[in-house]
Amino acid sequence: MKERVGIVGIGVTGFNSVSPSLSFKELTYTAAVKAYGEAGLHPKQIDSFITASEDFMEGYSIFDEYVPDQMGAVMRPVHTVTADFLQALGVGCMMINTGRFTTIAVEAHSKASNVKTLDEVQAFALDPVYLRPLKENAKFVAGLEMKCFLEMTGNTEEQCARVVVKNKKNSQKNPNAAYGAELSVDDVLNSEPISTPLKRLDVSERADGAIMVVLASEAEARALCKNPIWIDGIAWFSGNGNLWSRNIAEADYARLAMRKACSMAGISDPRKELHFAEICDEYSYKELQHLEALGLARKGEAGYLTESGVTSLDGDFPVNPSGGSLGVGHTFEASGGMKLYEAVLQLRNQAGARQVKDAKRCLVQSWRGVPTATGAVAILSNE
Amino acid sequence: MKIEKVPMKGLTSEEYEKALKISWKPKLQYAWDNGIAIGKYLQGLKEGKLLASCCNRCGRIMLPVRSFCELCWRPTDGEIAVNDTGVVNTFAICHVNWDASRLKPDEPRHIPAVIEIDGASKGQGIMHVLGNVDPAKVKIGMKVKAVWKPVAERVGSIDDIRFFEPY
Amino acid sequence: MGYRKVAIVGAGITKFVRRAEETGPEMAYLASKMALDQAGLKLKDVEMITLGTAPDAFDGVHMKGEYLLSGAGGNGKQYIRNFVGGGTGVFAPIHGWMHVASGACDVCLVVCSEKMSSCHPHPQGAFLTIFDHTTEQPLKPTLIWIFALEMRRYMETYGLTKADIARVAVKNKNNALDHPSSQVADTVTLEDVLNSEVLAEPVHRLDISPASDGAAAMVLVSEHVAKRLTDKPVWIDGVGWNLDTAYWATKDLYYPRYVEKAARMAYEMAGITEPHKQIQVAEPYDPFDYKELHHLEGLLLCERGDAARLTAEGYTARTGNLPVCPSGGALGVGNPIAATGLMKVIEIFLQLREEAGKRQVPGKPRVGLAQAWGDLMQVGTVIVLRR
Repeated sequence: MKERVGIVGIGVTGFNSVSPSLSFKELTYTAAVKAYGEAGLHPKQIDSFITASEDFMEGYSIFDEYVPDQMGAVMRPVHTVTADFLQALGVGCMMINTGRFTTIAVEAHSKASNVKTLDEVQAFALDPVYLRPLKENAKFVAGLEMKCFLEMTGNTEEQCARVVVKNKKNSQKNPNAAYGAELSVDDVLNSEPISTPLKRLDVSERADGAIMVVLASEAEARALCKNPIWIDGIAWFSGNGNLWSRNIAEADYARLAMRKACSMAGISDPRKELHFAEICDEYSYKELQHLEALGLARKGEAGYLTESGVTSLDGDFPVNPSGGSLGVGHTFEASGGMKLYEAVLQLRNQAGARQVKDAKRCLVQSWRGVPTATGAVAILSNE
Repeated sequence: MKIEKVPMKGLTSEEYEKALKISWKPKLQYAWDNGIAIGKYLQGLKEGKLLASCCNRCGRIMLPVRSFCELCWRPTDGEIAVNDTGVVNTFAICHVNWDASRLKPDEPRHIPAVIEIDGASKGQGIMHVLGNVDPAKVKIGMKVKAVWKPVAERVGSIDDIRFFEPY
Repeated sequence: MGYRKVAIVGAGITKFVRRAEETGPEMAYLASKMALDQAGLKLKDVEMITLGTAPDAFDGVHMKGEYLLSGAGGNGKQYIRNFVGGGTGVFAPIHGWMHVASGACDVCLVVCSEKMSSCHPHPQGAFLTIFDHTTEQPLKPTLIWIFALEMRRYMETYGLTKADIARVAVKNKNNALDHPSSQVADTVTLEDVLNSEVLAEPVHRLDISPASDGAAAMVLVSEHVAKRLTDKPVWIDGVGWNLDTAYWATKDLYYPRYVEKAARMAYEMAGITEPHKQIQVAEPYDPFDYKELHHLEGLLLCERGDAARLTAEGYTARTGNLPVCPSGGALGVGNPIAATGLMKVIEIFLQLREEAGKRQVPGKPRVGLAQAWGDLMQVGTVIVLRR
């Protein structure tokens, strides 16, 4: 990146399984007011706005129509990317690096509880010619991936279950989390099979919530804020778009995005130079698969790291101190944002009972869910 | 560089009929949370009232109800009932259904209109339909009044107002 | 302030058709391949890709960007989809501009692909759900409603007749006879338009552009790469976009204030102070014929209410003082939403290079613009190009 970009304001609502008292506009407004408040800016002082959303998650044909008002962005340059929050954040960094924009607001939210036929929406993302006629629940893709990943690497179902136990435990300390629980490995292993080897408790549950971040150029961030959190590197990548010709055992998109983000941030040994990570755990095996793809664990080692407590909150390299999607809830396009929020809290030393000691630099990673092979990586620091 | 020849030719109707096709009817269902503001708006409709929000900073009286003023970027300052009358800002006479199928000659035409509501700020309109009127006689600037469903049939929806008619 | 310069060095486009045999990804591939060939580049030279496509509801695929990814060359690359409704086609190269101007990459492929024919019984059905789900959808609105409402407001404000508006359809549909991508190649007269079926008064069938399948693509590169590839780069000089309130019925529809805001943003960047004198060829979005007039006024290319008179006097003809939609526009070439916007940018690119063939406007234009509109009368997207 030509110049690093600062986070000068961040706002979230809590994450809950439902949010019946607020409309999507009111939910987003709540997060936006907090973010602008932290930044000390009126939305009129924001140069441009980005929303990350998908039409069918909102139940609109063109959801872009419904975003400006609740961001204070009426008659302003606003655009949508149909992508994860971290990708939108990356676009915001790019916009600042053009030199044409100084401050950017990035928003994403989930009203997944309003989607009554979520499985149908997910199935609707499958290729209409090759995959949809099979009439399988879209989670079959996760089952395929999990099976293949475990076979190829030697990681085990039990180790996947340990990810669930760890993350749900972490989220008990997170006031924003919806799905904290004290579970045993057996609870997970004995839960109902979904797409073997994937079981019900391997799958994160949906949650509602909104997040907004205010970005500023390096100079502006220093002027606005005593301790901005810096985005040192950010990149998104896609693997093979076709499920049937993809390397499903390995998350290529995460490997590629990590390489680029590390080179932007000048990182050569991520495991040593980073202090914790918030990575996508929409399904339990994904945390292990991503750890290996990101180079934070060697091939076949991620399960062992989990088992031996390295990735626990008090371990050498905490992974998902927030509780991740498994503990906080899965927020679809906003899920990278939920994880980014945790990273910002940690780097500001504001994570309370979850605080990772001496956290100065970290990684946030997202994945767009089945059936995609698209994800993003951001590397953040506090100095 | 010249762009003279371009790929793709398109299927004729006959070719299309013969082509192999896959169809999918998605079952997409949503139940949207109304939230605070629209919840009040719908409750108002059920009670036979059109509610608008006030912003004390810009002084606007806005339809539909909203919990924050998007221009002043602050919470609104409560709701008032405005009139159920208004002025036609613009209208159309529509001969097709939402899926592009045509109305039959004897079916009544749809007359959607933007109606600026009396008692709200200048220009604060809502979209609704006109009824009880000869389409040829509708004019921009025409005064119209809401025709409500009977109390027992109202459910808290925009179509608790059956249509607006001239008065 | 100076920005990193961004050049267009290649463009590709498919034919716009009623029903394509190709799938969406295949269409994206055809346009992308052609754009890369024209630029003298291979897919491996492309570092980043941005794709524009309008609602998922047309293709009937959730996360349509991911579905089109492999066709647009996105396998193993930094790929993202941008989306501002109908304004997407002109926004896509603006998004591409961000990629290159920021230094994130030197070569960015911009792809727009739209397959509307997948939606049954008619693509119009996808538009019911653009209206507010609670305060508007129960009225069973159609897309044509809102155009008819806006068209009438515009006509009434300036005292325009149906014929004043229909001249745009005549001009553009006849211009399109010279465009190789053109879906409907028929000579059209004023009477044809006025006598065509009334869908929603005042909108007749020939006031509307046809729903289409089609794709377009272009290659954007940084200055040093451009110099290596071509001696005729076309530069992106100004970009602007703007989104108005979702409460569309609370603003006066006679004037597209969001287009003016977007245009001013682009003009300021391009150093354009008198657009009506400095812009020499324009491709405003014309999905409906009155929209071209509406947009000409919003773009400050003429006085408010004067666009119809200028059209009647031939000012906007291909040989006029300000050629408008020399391509044939959405009305003539066809309207596969996002691909149409990019087709317009490609037209300006070709016009500035004097490579538009039979469509070439006289006078060796140096500066031109393309514009698209989208959402519920809300989005303006404007790009200014310079030779």
